[in-house]
Amino acid sequence: MNADIRADPDKLLEAIQRQEGQQKRGKLKIFLGMAAGVGKTYAMLQAARKQQSLGVDVVIGYVETHGRKDTDALLAGLPVIPRKQSEYRGVTLSEMDVDAVLARKPKLAIVDELAHTNAPESRHPKRYQDILELLDAGIDVYTTLNVQHVESRAQTVEEITGSTMHETIPDSVLDMAEIELIDISPEDLMRRLDEGKVYMPDRAAVAMVNFFREGNLTALREMALRLAAERVGQDVRDYMQVMQIQGPWKTGHRLLVAVSPSPLSAQMVRWTRRLADSLDAQWMAVHVESSKMLSEADQARLAKNLDLARDLGAEVIATADEDVVRGVLRVARQHNATQIVVGKPARRDWHRFFGGRSFLRRLVAESGDIDIHVVRAEKSETPVTQQIFQMPAQLAWKQYLVGVSAVIATTLLNELLNPFIHYRAVGFDFLLMVVTLALFIGRGPILLTAALSAICWDYFFIPPVLTFDVRQPEDVMMLAMYFIVALGMGELNARFRNQEKAERQREERTTALYLLTRELADVVTLEQIVKVVVSHIDKLFKAEAAVLLAEPDGKLSPIASLGSTMKLSEKELSVAAWVFQHNTPAGRFTENLPLSGALYLPLTAPGGTLGVIGVGLHPNRPLNLEQNNLLEALVRQAALVIDRQRLHNAAQQAQLAAESERLSKTLLDSISHEMRTPIAAITSAASALTDLKTSSPPGFGDALLDEIKVAGARLNRLVGNLLDIARVESGHVKPKLDWCDVGDLIHVSLKSVEREMAGHKVEVAINPAIPLVRMDFVLMEQALINLLLNAAFHTPVGTPVQIIARVEEDELALTVADRGRGIPPDSIARIFEKFYRAPGAVTGGTGLGLSIVKGFVEAQGGRVQAANRPDCGAAFTLYLPITEQPIFPEENV
Amino acid sequence: MTKERPTPVALIIDDEVQIRRLLKISLEANGYKVFEAANGELGLAEAAQRRPDIVVLDLGLPDMDGVTVLKRLREWSNVPVVVLSVRDGEDDKIAALDNGADDYLTKPFGTGELLARLRVAQRHSLPAPEAAVFQTGHLEVDLVARSVQVKGKPVKLTATEYALLQLFVRHAGKVLTHRQILKEVWGPTYQEQTHYLRVYMTHLREKIEETPSQPELLITESGIGYRLMIKPPSAETRDLAG
Repeated sequence: MNADIRADPDKLLEAIQRQEGQQKRGKLKIFLGMAAGVGKTYAMLQAARKQQSLGVDVVIGYVETHGRKDTDALLAGLPVIPRKQSEYRGVTLSEMDVDAVLARKPKLAIVDELAHTNAPESRHPKRYQDILELLDAGIDVYTTLNVQHVESRAQTVEEITGSTMHETIPDSVLDMAEIELIDISPEDLMRRLDEGKVYMPDRAAVAMVNFFREGNLTALREMALRLAAERVGQDVRDYMQVMQIQGPWKTGHRLLVAVSPSPLSAQMVRWTRRLADSLDAQWMAVHVESSKMLSEADQARLAKNLDLARDLGAEVIATADEDVVRGVLRVARQHNATQIVVGKPARRDWHRFFGGRSFLRRLVAESGDIDIHVVRAEKSETPVTQQIFQMPAQLAWKQYLVGVSAVIATTLLNELLNPFIHYRAVGFDFLLMVVTLALFIGRGPILLTAALSAICWDYFFIPPVLTFDVRQPEDVMMLAMYFIVALGMGELNARFRNQEKAERQREERTTALYLLTRELADVVTLEQIVKVVVSHIDKLFKAEAAVLLAEPDGKLSPIASLGSTMKLSEKELSVAAWVFQHNTPAGRFTENLPLSGALYLPLTAPGGTLGVIGVGLHPNRPLNLEQNNLLEALVRQAALVIDRQRLHNAAQQAQLAAESERLSKTLLDSISHEMRTPIAAITSAASALTDLKTSSPPGFGDALLDEIKVAGARLNRLVGNLLDIARVESGHVKPKLDWCDVGDLIHVSLKSVEREMAGHKVEVAINPAIPLVRMDFVLMEQALINLLLNAAFHTPVGTPVQIIARVEEDELALTVADRGRGIPPDSIARIFEKFYRAPGAVTGGTGLGLSIVKGFVEAQGGRVQAANRPDCGAAFTLYLPITEQPIFPEENV
Repeated sequence: MTKERPTPVALIIDDEVQIRRLLKISLEANGYKVFEAANGELGLAEAAQRRPDIVVLDLGLPDMDGVTVLKRLREWSNVPVVVLSVRDGEDDKIAALDNGADDYLTKPFGTGELLARLRVAQRHSLPAPEAAVFQTGHLEVDLVARSVQVKGKPVKLTATEYALLQLFVRHAGKVLTHRQILKEVWGPTYQEQTHYLRVYMTHLREKIEETPSQPELLITESGIGYRLMIKPPSAETRDLAG
């Protein structure tokens, strides 16, 4: 009991969203009438004037007064947006200029005739789509509608009036609108019609007169009243639910309608929508895909039926199952459907009749506690063509040939065997051949093979030979059996093959997605992602594609990303921009801008719309359901990966920024320390020298001067280091490679750090076999000096420092080894990074020396290595490649 | 040195006031009369007007490239020029030396070093009669007899080695760039064959240096060239010569 009155949270949310959505979006008000001539436009304009008098910014987007004076009068004073004229096959057509209205951005736009169909090449085929766009832009819209144009009522209107409704609008548009019913009695309307106050296009006059019969009008009026009443009911219910007012809640009915390619399905869908409305129930349309192949026409019809359901507000679910009943019931249980709507076949088509009967019987038998509605459908416009097995013509021709050849071969073989075996055995030979062949060829060829086998057996083997006489009843049975076996085998085979084909398709889809995912996992740049996606689209759909991505400012880039293969014209770009803005597919084979050259799908990720992907499909070959699903899945996958990549890039940039901030802080800290120390030394030594008294101990002045020199050298070295690291960082190290003597290099380097190395015993070991090595002498000298200074700085005074030069394979290895504490093991990998200072290292130093070494050596094509010596101390080794030796002049002493 | 004019005139071309002031103090303390110029144009004008005995030229001038100043100066004057440069300015130093500078100094430098370089440069500019026998440290070269002695013992040199040594002796105390040496010893087409020079320098050092791995006479000027140091003759050499 409690469950019955508790508000369904989903419903509640939906109601709130509807309210919120309406706050952000424009409000739609529909002036609903039972037929033309009831005064909808008049009422709408009156309402508009009233709004204008209240200070609301009102414009006329499109109003057709048909020259009625009183209506015309109402237009006076309301600003009108000029219509957009377009030429189509020599006829000038005028439509509402959507862009002009959007640009004008009024509070309220007046747009007549909601169900109108736009001129070809307009942005949307239907006016209601234009209006939806206005609403999306936050513009309120007043519009008019006759009840016969409501999708879910169109069928009934057709039944009542006998005229087919072509211009219909989905019920979902009604769902978001406030409805004002313009009601007059049928008698009044008839009188107005007689007075000529109702506009009718000339060519439709006769039909219209038929339409405007009192009986019809009464029925239409009732429908309009009902529709309005239902809407009111729903508004109240929404309100009650939001406000938590207890009311007579319906138990959560959920309807399910099974949709097939049959045109009858459209009627089922409309019927279900009406039932859902009256029950205030959610409903879903389900299509069960089986391995049966559908013709192009059927696929198009199926897509249309599913679109209809979607337009009418159904949740559309496609599932795959060989057994339709099982599939429908599975979806029904998964989605807690309480009622299932299926069609009742009207015609006595034997195949469908049996199929239909068993379908219904099984559905009823297996549905358990789910109610089943069997609805009578009628007036099938186009028969459903089910091509169960469609064989390519060439293949079929070959298969017939195989069948005939097999019969000839069997006949000849048995002619040879005939003297030894009974003619009945020959019959079995033929049967065996037919059965075997049935595994490989189609139904047509196998039937022919069976027939030929029967004829050959009869004519050549059944006595009397060389006649078609059959005397034994067993032989007649045998002949009949050929056909039964052939038919049975053929059917089984076809089914098996179809199943296999469907299986393969599904597998292909899975494989395609898997391959895409796998390939995308390896890529690292957006460009590569685009390339992979475009190449997959090309492979799977034989179509060119283009990817447009959002720019950082939130707009769609007008330039296709690198890797795109499809060229985009100005017009196509505007379609893509529309898709991006509305996050809705558009272009060919869609409801929006269907005359575009390509299909455009938004790349939607949790973070928003990332861009648009355009697919240049064959202009006359729409995608079937399977392909559509695959394309959607592919685009979804691409969007996810692009999103991931964007997030990754953003994270990387943030990390980079943090790193550079840390570096500049380190730089400032260490530089200011490194600079201030020698400056302080110089300043204090200089001032001490100024105050120097004669009584100072001898040598005091010299010691102070020495301090100044040391400080100066230290400052000089610091500036040198900074310049060097700047060169390395900016990539401006351009080594001048020259043949150099390693011994000379070591000697020169040692000489320039004589003072700093004074506290250490330097041991030099140079392998005399070292040839000249190509290097930049100055850079190598600086690198070696830095290593020596590093050793001097970080090891205790008195410990030895070794310089070892040797050849290792084709490299010169120059090692500076010390006997200090060594490098902490986890610092070895980072010791060459700039500003990196091993934990526990002596204070002072910029942490630049070793990174300069690395930069200089690598600029010369060499490499660096740091390691701890086995016993104790650290060893830094510079490696330079040894190239072929130059040619030396020969000279006698 | 005793043959120098009583008061040698030095011209300092440098845009840094502090450097000029320091150089002035040091040079005046060592008996020079000093003139200053803050840029290249002024420097050239001063050089024409004051006729200095030595020019100290900074390569980084605000108005024109130091090498350009040098080239324009060399159009009409053979005055010895010592250029001042910064570390990493090897290309500039080589260009200056190849264009007629007598020597170079890398900032920062000590006053003693500066004075020594100035003296060497000045001496080379004087038309001093070339001595037949040249001595530095333990090395003695008899330019007439084309014989070389190390610590009083004769050493055999190849023709190229001798040509190389002879060049250094002629420019003793002065830096010679790789190109200058290669051009003089091997000829103008060999200016890029630095490996020749490396090999012969090694050979020469092995023959004339006391410890070839730590040369005292033939000094490497990294990235620039070589220099033969002028040292007081060692005891052994003096004994033998005397």
